[in-house]
Amino acid sequence: MFWQKDIETIGRKALEELQLKRLKQTVRQAYKNIPFYKEYFSKLNIKPNDITSLKDIRNLPFTTREDLRDNYPFGMLAVSKEHIVRLHTSSGTTGKPKAIFFSKKDVDRAAELIARCLIMTGIKKDDVLQNMMTYGLFTGALVMHYGAEKVGVLVIPAGPGNTKRQIALMQDFKTTTLHLTPSYALYLASIMGNEGIVPKRDLSLRRAYLGSEPYSEETRDKIEKFFGIDVYNSYGLSEMNGPGVAFECAEKNGMHLWEDNFIMEIIDPDTDEKVPEGEKGELVLTTLCREAMPILRYRTRDIVMIIPGKCKCGRTHRRISRIIGRSDDMIIIRGVNIFPQQIERVLMGIKAVAQNYQIVLEAFDKITVRVEISKDLFDGKVEHLVNLQNEISEKLRSEILVKPKVELLEPGTLPVTEGKATRVIDKRTL
Amino acid sequence: MEQLKQISIFSENKPGRLKKITKVLAEEGVNILAINIASSNGFGVLKFIVDKCELAYQKLKQKGFTVSLNEVLAIELVDKPGGLCEVATILSKKRINIENAYVLILESRKKAFLIVDTNDIEKAKKILKHENLRFYTTKKTLKRKIV
Repeated sequence: MFWQKDIETIGRKALEELQLKRLKQTVRQAYKNIPFYKEYFSKLNIKPNDITSLKDIRNLPFTTREDLRDNYPFGMLAVSKEHIVRLHTSSGTTGKPKAIFFSKKDVDRAAELIARCLIMTGIKKDDVLQNMMTYGLFTGALVMHYGAEKVGVLVIPAGPGNTKRQIALMQDFKTTTLHLTPSYALYLASIMGNEGIVPKRDLSLRRAYLGSEPYSEETRDKIEKFFGIDVYNSYGLSEMNGPGVAFECAEKNGMHLWEDNFIMEIIDPDTDEKVPEGEKGELVLTTLCREAMPILRYRTRDIVMIIPGKCKCGRTHRRISRIIGRSDDMIIIRGVNIFPQQIERVLMGIKAVAQNYQIVLEAFDKITVRVEISKDLFDGKVEHLVNLQNEISEKLRSEILVKPKVELLEPGTLPVTEGKATRVIDKRTL
Repeated sequence: MEQLKQISIFSENKPGRLKKITKVLAEEGVNILAINIASSNGFGVLKFIVDKCELAYQKLKQKGFTVSLNEVLAIELVDKPGGLCEVATILSKKRINIENAYVLILESRKKAFLIVDTNDIEKAKKILKHENLRFYTTKKTLKRKIV
C-alpha cells in the first residue's frame, strides 16, 4: 500500500532531478531571507547560482545545533511572522532551546510524510492509534497526530505516563497501533506482566511505532514477542519536522528516508568527508520543501549507515539503518534530549557541590546524578544534606524536565581521569 | 558549662567506611567515647565523641575525610527509670530543639550523658544554665573502661 505511489516509487534519475530543482530553490530562499546564511555564503564566497549539480551541496556550509541556538528565537526564519502557524522547540546545551517554525504548508507536508509512513506499515482508516509520545513543545506527538488524522485513523492523544489508564484505553477503544518510545514500551510490558495482562489475549494490538531513542534489534524482538505485534522503527528530529523523516516499511529492514523532502549525506564526523555508501557516519540533512525554516546541511550527530540495494517494497527512497550511535554526548530520556553540560551547569551553580559528578542511566528512564559534596561546606547536619539533595533534584528537574535521583558522595569518590572524564554511564539495554 | 565537641564525618552507605574511619582514630591513639550514625537517602553522617578531639579532627581531615567539628551539650543522666524523661522535660519546657541525640557512658555505667546536638548551641547553653541539670566537665575523668 502506498500513500503517494508516484513519488514513493519514483525512478532514481527523476528523483535526483527533483532534488536538484528543490535544492536550488531552497538555497535561494535561505540566501535571500536568512541573514545567517547570506553572511555564511559571503564568507565562503559562494552564490546560490553556483549550485548546478547535487554534488555541489558539498560546497555549502554546515548548519549545527549551535547555529540554531545562536539564532534563537527568530533568526532562522525565512518567512514573515504572519506565515507561521506553529512553534516547536528542542532542548539546547546552554539553556537556550532551538526554535522550529512551521508554516501552514510545512504542517501539511510533515503530515503527508507521516501518512506515507503509516500506510507503508499497512495501517487503515479503521485502525486506532494510541499516541503515547509527549504532546507539547516536542514534535514527537503532534506531528504524528496530524499525519494519522490525514490518513483517517482514530487517534487517541494519550501522551506518556499513567500506565494503568493507557491499558484501560487500549481495552476500551480496541487500540491497534501504538506510538511510543522503546523505554516506555519496555516499561508498559513489565506493568502488563505484573497485572496479568496478556496482550495477545486481552488487547487488539497489531503494531507499534518506536522512535525518539536509539534501541537495538534485540529490544525490538522482545517487544514484538511480548505484545504479539510488529514494531516499526521511526526516525526524526525536531529540526527536520520531528517524526516522519525516515520510517520502516513492512520489510522492517532499514528506514526509507524521504529523499524528495530531504537530501541525506553520510559523512565522517571528524574529517567532514563523505563516507562510501554502506559505511557508517554522521547523518547530514538538508530540507528541500520547508517554507518557514529551510536548513542546509544540518549536522544531526546521529551515526547511521545507508543500507545498500533495492527494497522489496518497491520504494526507491534509500534506507538508513537504525541509529548506531551519536557523535556527541547527548543522552535521550523519555524522548527528551539532554546534554551532560546542562546538568553540569546546574550542579556548578550550587555551592555545596564539588567539581566531580556522574550521570547514571538505568532501565525505565531512571536517571541518577551522583555528586560529590564540598568538604568546606559540610557542617555535620543530616538535615542540610537532605535539603541539598532536594535542591539539586528540583533544579535539575526544571532544567532537563526529568526528575533525577540524587546521590551524595564523599569528595574524591568518583574517578578522576585525565582529559575528558566519563560523565555518563548508560546501563540501559535498549 | 564546659565545651564538648563532636566530630561529624560524611560517609556514603557502603561496607568498610566505618572501618576506614576508626582505623585512623586507632592509629592515632584516639579513644572513642560515644558514637552515633544517622543515615538518610543513601548517605550517612557519623558522629563521634572522643578523648583527643582536636587531634582526631586534624588527622581525619588530613586523610581526606569530609569532617566537621561542632559543640554539643552533654547533660548528665541519672541511671534510673525516668532519668532521660527528667532531662527531656526540661529541654521541652525550654523549647530546645534536638537535632540529634545519643548517649555517652563514662566509667562503665557510673556516669551517662545525653549528647544533644542543637542548632543554636550558645542560646541553648544560656537557657539551660540555671536549670537543675548537671553537665559534663573534664574534671570528671574521661577515662573509660570498656563496657
